[in-house]
Amino acid sequence: MKPHVHFREIEGRSPGYYALLGFLGLLVLAGLVSALYMEIEGHWVTGMSNQVVWGTPHVFAVFLIVAASGALNVASIASVFGRLHYKPLAPLSGLLAIALLVGGLSVLVLDLGRPDRLIVAMTHYNFKSIFAWNIFLYTGFMAIVAAYLWTMMDRMGRPYGKPVGLLAFVWRLVLTTGTGSIFGWLVARQAYDAAIMAPMFIVFSFAYGLAIFLLVLLAAYRWTGRPLGDGLLRRLKNLLGIFAAASLYFVAIFHLTNLYAAEHAGVERFILLDGGVYTALFWGGQVLVGYLLPMAIVFSGLGRSRGWIATAAALVVIGGLAQMYVTIIGGQAYPLILFPGKEVSSSFFDGVVADYAPSLPEVLLGVGGIAIALLGVAVAVRVLRFLPEDLRDELVEAQAAAGGEGGSGTAGGERPGGAAPEAAAAPGSAG
Amino acid sequence: MSATDTSRRRFLTGAAAAAAGLAVAPGVFLMPLAQARRAGEPASSDVRWGLLVDTTRCSDGCDACVRACKEENGWEGVGRPRTDAQWIRKVKVRDPRTGHTQSLPLMCQHCKHPPCVDVCPTAASMKRADGIVLVDKHVCIGCRYCMMACPYKARSFIHEDVHDQRAHAPRGKGTVESCTLCVHRVDAGRVPACVEACAAEGGGALVFGDLKDPSSEISRRLAAHGAEEIRADLGLDTGVRYYGI
Repeated sequence: MKPHVHFREIEGRSPGYYALLGFLGLLVLAGLVSALYMEIEGHWVTGMSNQVVWGTPHVFAVFLIVAASGALNVASIASVFGRLHYKPLAPLSGLLAIALLVGGLSVLVLDLGRPDRLIVAMTHYNFKSIFAWNIFLYTGFMAIVAAYLWTMMDRMGRPYGKPVGLLAFVWRLVLTTGTGSIFGWLVARQAYDAAIMAPMFIVFSFAYGLAIFLLVLLAAYRWTGRPLGDGLLRRLKNLLGIFAAASLYFVAIFHLTNLYAAEHAGVERFILLDGGVYTALFWGGQVLVGYLLPMAIVFSGLGRSRGWIATAAALVVIGGLAQMYVTIIGGQAYPLILFPGKEVSSSFFDGVVADYAPSLPEVLLGVGGIAIALLGVAVAVRVLRFLPEDLRDELVEAQAAAGGEGGSGTAGGERPGGAAPEAAAAPGSAG
Repeated sequence: MSATDTSRRRFLTGAAAAAAGLAVAPGVFLMPLAQARRAGEPASSDVRWGLLVDTTRCSDGCDACVRACKEENGWEGVGRPRTDAQWIRKVKVRDPRTGHTQSLPLMCQHCKHPPCVDVCPTAASMKRADGIVLVDKHVCIGCRYCMMACPYKARSFIHEDVHDQRAHAPRGKGTVESCTLCVHRVDAGRVPACVEACAAEGGGALVFGDLKDPSSEISRRLAAHGAEEIRADLGLDTGVRYYGI
């Protein structure tokens, strides 16, 4: 019999698994309680103000939404670009994409002034607003990726894998364009108003999504004791390095272009030179931690170690959060230019850098969004066959060489049925 | 709401109206405004309400317009400047090269192409046919995207429970609000509270009227002396224009 990559639910009976669920559940609960607190008291209990209207929840929400579209890339690489080695990872990729989007949207909705009016957002549309478009882009993304998962995981869906995969890929590009354009189309603010924000967010999404994918993959296979090939990891970590480098390129072009225009000198000076916490987060967080260190790790000998690969991925995530903080909060902290060339002052903080410090409820809500995503993944891999039980390189190579199971859908849609031998479960499985 | 408060409000409203009636500044609102709209009658695109600010008559120490707006629309804060709403504020503008300073009121500019209306996902931000930009408090979900989009920082998010609301200017925690150009007064054939107060107590720097009517005071002043828009480079065609900036 040909070697196959088999998919199987994780066992999910160990104390470790329940501890993970309990821990994530607590974080979700803390996030919900925080949202309720902000809702009842009003936003004055947060760090937000009329100067910085989008705070830490938006940092987490936009990060998660951007990462969600990026997490789908692994599946797209397999089904759209025909790199069959990635096929066994496609179901996890789709699952993470949906879970991260749900996590991000939860934060976004719970931070609304009137989250109870979600139904209004679903029934009143202004189609000139990119936000209104995003409502369709987000819900459509979830539906399309769910269909995409069906083509991967159900024999009946397999023939549709290629077209649905292509649709999902195009949709995710449009979705991240929409997310980047939330900022790119803001003509009023010096830190935004740039067409490059949309493609830059797409490149960010490649890096953030893959980093989270790598972390979840490494954790899942380590905790369940399932074999995971080094060859597969090598491909993924190299890709992560390339995405970090591409992100750095876009960020460099964005700032260089702004620096060339005298009208943007003020905001560039603020972000790059004398913006205090924002300058520190830009150079130390976004550039050093988010791009340079991960590149140094994955492209050096360190990249052979799983611990270092995980470190690089975690650094990309931290750098990504720093990037969102600088972009979203730094962009608002810098005052609006009402009269170019003039100094302005008022009782409404005109002309001064706005102060903002994240409050505990905001942070808990944001972390709660991450927990919602991870909890969803942890439960899903327990009840459905998202994870291959063996990802040794020989198996992955053999399957890729065999055309990834006839080249439709993604590899390993093989359904073991109810009679899969228990011996297939990896020894010492903690799942 | 205690009876005392109501009577105080009634007294103040009456007093303000009386003061305004007594101290009419020449040329500001002697001319009749368009007729009051009947209830249920839609706003007409035959008019475009606008405001001219003559900054040469606006002095640094005066905040009559701000006080009048607070009183009229009931947005007195609770002493938390970072989160308290401001529908109108006095802004001091200084040229660092020459030291020349000016003072002017800044509020919603009632743009012809308002970015807040463009970005609002639910169409709660809207522009009436007569050019007044408003927020429908029943449809606003509090996403604050309009505040990100407004070049004038004209909008405020209500960060906490509000009290002492005026019946004509409903407010609600978790929604966004801004200058309504005193739409309730305009619809009743009156001028905004700030204009009335500026004429009565200030320098008579504010002229309200129909930008589409060439014979209106505001149109005649604009034709004779010109005026600028703040951030005219954005091409928003604001309904509020400034002379002397």
